[in-house]
Parts: sequence; C-alpha cells; structure tokens
Amino acid sequence: MSILGHEVRRLEDPAMLTRGGCYVGDIPMPGALWAAFVRSPLAHARIVRIDTSAASAAPGIAGVYTGQDLGCPEHPAVFPHLKPEWMHQPVLAHDQVRYVGEIVAVVVSEDRAAAADAAELVEVDYEPLPVITNVEESVTDQVLIFDEAPGNVIATVEAGPGASFEECAVIVRQRMVNQRQSGAPIEPRAAIAAWDGERLTQWASCQGAHPNREFLARAHGLDVSDVRVIIPDVGGGFGSKGRLFREEVTIGLLARRLGRPVRWTATRVEDMLCLPHGRAQVHEVTIGGTRDGRITAYQLEVIQDCGAFVLFAPILINSTGRMTTGVYDIPNVGYRGRATLTNTAPTSAFRGAGRPEAAAAVERAVDMFAAEIEMDPVEVRRRNMVPAFDNGYTTGVGTIYDTGDYERALDLVVEAVGYESLRQEQARRRTEGSTRLIGIGLATYVEVTGGAPGGEYGSVELLRDGRVRAVSGSTPTGQGHRTAWSMLVAAGTGVALEEVEVIHGDTDRVPASGVTGGSRSTQAAGSSLFVATEKLVDMAREEVSRMLEASVEDIVLDVQRGAFHVVGAPARSVTWAEVAAAAPEPLQAVSDFVPASSTFPFGAHAAVVEVDIETGRVALLRMVAVDDAGRILNPMLAHGQVHGGLCCGIGQALFEEVVFDEDGNPLTTTFADYGIPSAAEVPSFELVDCETPTFMNPLGAKGIGESGSIGSTPAIQNAVVDAIAHLGVRHIDLPLTPERVWRSIHTAALR
Amino acid sequence: MTVNGSAKEHEVEPRLLLVHYLREVVGLTGTNIGCDTSSCGACTVLLDGESVKSCTLLAAQADGADITTIEGLASGDQMHPMQEAFREKHALQCGYCTPGMVMAAVSLLKEHPNPTEAEVREGLEGNLCRCTGYHNIVQAVLYAASPGSVPERNAGSVPERNLGVSA
Ligand code: FES
Ligand code: FES
Repeated sequence: MSILGHEVRRLEDPAMLTRGGCYVGDIPMPGALWAAFVRSPLAHARIVRIDTSAASAAPGIAGVYTGQDLGCPEHPAVFPHLKPEWMHQPVLAHDQVRYVGEIVAVVVSEDRAAAADAAELVEVDYEPLPVITNVEESVTDQVLIFDEAPGNVIATVEAGPGASFEECAVIVRQRMVNQRQSGAPIEPRAAIAAWDGERLTQWASCQGAHPNREFLARAHGLDVSDVRVIIPDVGGGFGSKGRLFREEVTIGLLARRLGRPVRWTATRVEDMLCLPHGRAQVHEVTIGGTRDGRITAYQLEVIQDCGAFVLFAPILINSTGRMTTGVYDIPNVGYRGRATLTNTAPTSAFRGAGRPEAAAAVERAVDMFAAEIEMDPVEVRRRNMVPAFDNGYTTGVGTIYDTGDYERALDLVVEAVGYESLRQEQARRRTEGSTRLIGIGLATYVEVTGGAPGGEYGSVELLRDGRVRAVSGSTPTGQGHRTAWSMLVAAGTGVALEEVEVIHGDTDRVPASGVTGGSRSTQAAGSSLFVATEKLVDMAREEVSRMLEASVEDIVLDVQRGAFHVVGAPARSVTWAEVAAAAPEPLQAVSDFVPASSTFPFGAHAAVVEVDIETGRVALLRMVAVDDAGRILNPMLAHGQVHGGLCCGIGQALFEEVVFDEDGNPLTTTFADYGIPSAAEVPSFELVDCETPTFMNPLGAKGIGESGSIGSTPAIQNAVVDAIAHLGVRHIDLPLTPERVWRSIHTAALR
Repeated sequence: MTVNGSAKEHEVEPRLLLVHYLREVVGLTGTNIGCDTSSCGACTVLLDGESVKSCTLLAAQADGADITTIEGLASGDQMHPMQEAFREKHALQCGYCTPGMVMAAVSLLKEHPNPTEAEVREGLEGNLCRCTGYHNIVQAVLYAASPGSVPERNAGSVPERNLGVSA
C-alpha cells in the first residue's frame, strides 16, 4: 500500500515545535549592522532637501545614506516587458515620492534601536503635490502619477467578443468593490546581505531563490553566479513575498560599501505600509438573461489599482480576465481590465491573485440575477453550469479548462450544508419577526493554478549510505514541502520517509527554481520529483541487473521492502544501500517534466450567517467547503491549505481592508486597525472531499493553496445579502462590516 | 531571572523588551515577533507559569521571574503533550505563530482543563495565525485536553451543528 493519499504527519514539526523554526531574523550574523529606513510621510511630493547631519551625528551610527549618496540605483522590474520604459523605479526615492512609505534614506548602526532612533532625525523637506488614491478618479486624468501615462492607465487587457445585451429580458448592473487586502504573513519581511569579496550572499524571507537572485544580480550589475540567495524557514508569504523588495537591494549596497554584513527586519508598520497589497479592484458588472433562469450575456469591466509603481497589476487583470465566466457557459461575454496608477503602495499577488476577484464578480452577479428573476440561486447555477467534462472546455473568453464536474461540487455542498432545512429556518425567523436573520450563500468557483509556463527543477540522488536526496526548485512558506516530497520519493523507492533528505531554497545547492505561487508546487515540483524518482529506479534496476546478472527487464523493485530482486525470485534481493555501494558513481536522476498547461481546480463553498439587523453585525455560523484539486498527496496538508484559504477569504468578506484617506495617508498600519481574523471570529470548517484528476501531470494533481480564499468570500457576501434581501437590500460591498450592513438595511428601508 | 530552568543574569538597557532580551541576549530565537502593537501573540511565553506577550514587558520587569519559552517546554526528547497535539492535528504550517500559540494554549489548559470549543477560540483570541485558519489549532488544544474526545483528524467536519447558536 502506497503512502500517497495518506495523512502522513509532518517531518518539519518536531524541530519547529521544540526549538521554533529558523527564520531570517534568527540567523546569527556576528558583526552585522542594522539598517533602518526613513520613509515618506506624504503620498505625493517633490523632495526638496534631505538633511542627514543630525542623524549622522547620533551615537553609534555607521552611516546615513540618501538615494543620491548611493548613486540613485534602479529597482529591477519584476516583468521588464510589463513596465513602461519611461517608468523609473528608484530603490530610494531621490526627486519625488509617490506613496506613503516610499524609502527616502537609510540609517545603519551596530544597534537596532539606535538605527531606528536616528532614522527619526533625518530631516526631509517636501513640496506637496496633488494626490490621487481612488482608482475611479485616477482614470479621469486630474492628477498624473507619471506624466507619461495619460489617465494613469499602464495596462489594458481585453477578452471575449464583448457582450451584447440586446436580446436579454432581464439585465442587472452593479458596481462592486473588491477591496485592497494585506497579505499579512505573521513573519514580517527580513533580509541579511553579506559580501565575500565580489560575491553577494543574501538571506531572504521570500517565495523563490533563483528569481530573487536574478533580480539582485540585475540590481547590482553582477553575474548571477556572483549572487547566492538562501531561504531559511519562511513565516508565511501568500504571494506578498513573491518579489524582491527595495529594502533588500538597499542592504546589499550598504553591505558592500561598509564591508560588513547588513541586516533588516521590518516592523509590522513597515509591512502594512509597503508589503505589496493584493486585490484592489473595482468592478462594473452587467449580467443579462431570460426570465426562466438562462444567463445569456455577461460583461465585466475592471479597474485594478496598481499603486504608484508597476509590480504585478498587469498580471492580475490578466488572471481576472481569464476566469471571467467562472463555471458558467456564457459565450456572449466581454471583459476589459485596466491597471491604473494611484498614490498608494504598489499592489501584487495575494492568495488567489486575480482569480478570487473574478469569482467574486460572477458569483455576486449570478445571485443578483437570481434575485431579480426570483429564482433560487442554486437552481440558476445548475441551469447555467458547464456540464462535466474530462478533456478540455473552452470558455467564452478563450480559456481552456482541463477537467471539471461543477454540478457535482454544487450537489455536494448543497447536501452537506442542509440547504432545504436552512431555507425553512430562514423563513421561520423571518415570520417570527426575529432580529437575527439567517442567510445562506453559495459560490461555485473554478480557478487556475500553476504549472505553465515551465516546470520546476527536481532531482533525486542515491547517496552512498542508501539514503536518497531530493533537490527541488520549489521552496515552502509553510505548506509542508519536505513532508510531501519525502512521501513522493519514499513511495517511489521504498526508502523510509526519514531516509529522504530534501534540499530547497539555496541557489548554491539547487540548480534552478521558480516562485512558489499560483498553487503550483505539487503539480510542477511534485511531478518533477515523481518523474525523477521513476528515472532513479530505472537507473538502479540497471545496476541491479549487473549485480544479479539478470536482464534489466526482469528486475523489479519491491517498494514495501525498499529492495530489488529478479521477478519471481524475491529471496535474493538487493537493497538501495547495496546499489549505492556497488554503483561506480552516485546515481542521480533529473526530471525533464514540463507541464503542458495550467490546471483548473474547482469547488463550491457555502456560508451560513446570522445578521443582527439592529446592529448590522454578521456572525459566520458555518463554512462548508467542497474543493476539488484533483488527486491529493496528503489530505492532511491539503485540508490545512483549505482551512487557511477559507480564513483569508473570511477576512476579506468580513474584516480586512487597507484604507487610505484622501491625502493618501494609510489608516491601517497595525494589527490593531487592520483586523485579520482571530480564532474567536471564525467557525470550525466543514470540508467535503471531491477528486477529479487532471491529465496535465503524472500525479493528476491540481493546486490547492488558494482555493479556500476563492469561493468563501462571495459565499459569505451572498449569504449576508440573502439574509436581508427581503428588506430590499440588493448588494453590499466588501468587507461586510456592521456599519456597512446596518447602513444598507436603513438605506433600503428609506427607498 | 530563570529561563527554561537555568539562571540568567545580565546588565541590560532599561528600555530592552523581554522578547529582545530572550532572542538577542539569551540567544533563544524560538520566540518570535510579529507586530509592534501587542496584537499578534507570536512572542507569548510563560512567566511564572502564566502566558504573557513578551513584547509588552521590559526585560527589567521580569527580574527574578521564571520564564519558559518554546525551547523549554519538552522534557528531554519527550515533547510536551501540547507539542504532540500540534503535530498530531497539523496545527502549524509556517510555524511562525506556533511558539506563541503553543505557550498560550498551555496556559489556557492550565486555567480551563476541559474547555469547550468556544472557550478555546476565545482563549486564543490574542494569538494570530495567517496559515491554519485556526481549525486544527482548536482541534489540537481540545485533543491535548482530552485525547479521546476529538475524532480522528479528517476533513474537519463538525458533527451535528446546532444552527440556533444565538437565537
Ligand atoms: S510581537 Fe505581536 S504581540 Fe508581541
Ligand atoms: S502557522 Fe503560519 S502563522 Fe500560524
């Protein structure tokens, strides 16, 4: 019996539970200096003068530097082809600042606290410029963030033929806000830079070693071989740690100049200010169809807040566009997404990165359409879903889904939540005149996960002592890679789990790696190790055939015992250790697996809420989730991913929003005013398994890291509106705070 | 003060926080820092057996106290039942909140040896986790309190939910 598909406990845990993990901030670095950053307090201003004299004179200060002092270095673009050529992204702002938190100077000291104190002494004179923080106003051209970008638009993506609503009996339109969220990993960013002659080593809390190395090399004008990036344990990433940060470039420059290692650990305020935010879209949704529940037209217009510089926003509007129609069959469809600059911190990926936004739009639209024609939203979904398919389906916007059975996911969630009896309870409370009303909300989603383009490095090597070393390009931020990879190798070789050594996250020990993002690890990196393991077994069989003087076709591996023998003659067997000892040189197999395309996990989430109509308070009573990510390697790990995703989705639905005032001042800079959910604010989750394998990789696996956050948000939003729809409420924007809910009840009553 | 059973004596700056003292002076980096507003609980340790956020206390204030950090919880090779429970129930992912969460949970069970699910959730309100959604953390604490009372870890289905929570 293979261990694949079983709830194997994590190999990572004993160390993490008894000593704590080893994060960047835990790495001892004798002689290192601490960097503290001086950041712009204004959202848009010209820098007139920077006076560093008081800071330089402060006790224990090794140096104070402005952008000019450091030669006005440029921050490397994440996707050079997406960044307009005229857009300069200085590592330290030297002539103009464009959002609160942008770096204008840096202080270095032996002592962490002294550096922070001296940073306060740097005096910067600013000449304020007009500020724009609202994307819808940004496109009107009143304030330009860069003179070269009229309307502040830096990218437009269109998809689908464009919907025609001429023949629709019913048309519903709605503006919807998909608010800005912070990734908020509990470990704030941290980095260390140390030079050894002309070679730079950086320790990073990030999601991919080689991409970081590439950017660092570009920033410092070095060959990639002269940069080493090491990723120790990472305390969460969720997309927000997917790119190189300006602070990371800065400390490398300082370390070189000062001839000593330099380290930096962000405060929570710094992370809330500058760790790239996610979501941040405004939608204009139009849906049309027939009175008997057939959706015949759908148009989605998106304005994506890019922030003041281009990081990832063009990719976000592309992802949203690809997933416009979700699980529905709507050929008459149109999508247009525009990414727009504002005087706010740049946005990037956050758990789902463009797909939750698409799902939120279409799932709200379907519910609004259902409400308009007074039909049950489950029934409307059923009537419009793409029927089950196992060999590709092309949507109205041209995206090709691999495999799916959406109606099955819907059936499972409806059954698990007990839909009919909830409807009765809802009616009962309404007739009784209760002030605590029940709402039931559904969201059926499909999303797109990693794989393409490109695979992920994977090699498997038989060590001299019979243990196996797996080297993977994919680096974890908490997912449990070591356990999953050990399981794959152990299952394929019969070597004990503990005898598998897993290497990742070090550019000197791993030949290549991508970013852990888009839920790609299992399907890309897992498949690579699976393929490499098969190759290694074949190499070992050749060796054994020489040892046993039998033909290679007759050599079989007994994975239960981890030993080879001639078919039908198990008495004389050869162990891995014996193969290792006999092989003239160490056996190593490298995968050549490249996924043909992305995969499309899907599912259905149901939320049951109780809305207190006197206070507007929403209590999430139940969260039921059916998530189908194809074949599952370790259900325990997969469920853990879903739990975390659900909680992020709940955060978006009910609590979280990064807010700026009109002057561009961030109002949510601590965990005291940006509320990620605590244990007391979420229920236990009810998960239902569903497995529809994909043919895109040998494991049959799709991604599961982000699914939880995709269906849950619109399911809760639908549930809250459902609870109070009879009071005349049609839609409420995210997050569904008591104030917003209370206001919409009262506005509806006045109509 | 005593840290994990061994006596520590240092001259420290008056403004040094206990968490920085533990991490930088004593060299125990298991205790983490996740915020600047005593909101996240990543820094939770036991002070004379009770959980405290070590970022809210000056090192000098803990003079003479008995401190236990995550590194001091196991006895030799034998993990503490709460550590075992966290592993068994997959209550950690990135592990960053974990040392604080485990210490808070140990202290919670000391006060409520047999908590309900709601009591566990309220008791851990001051400890944030971005990875696990708390489901498995709650399961782990209930399991540590009474291993027999918690079903095998499965899809996380909650048996027989009573809908009328507050009606
Ligand atoms: S570090 Fe967040 S509460 Fe102490
Ligand atoms: S396990 Fe990552 S923050 Fe809790």
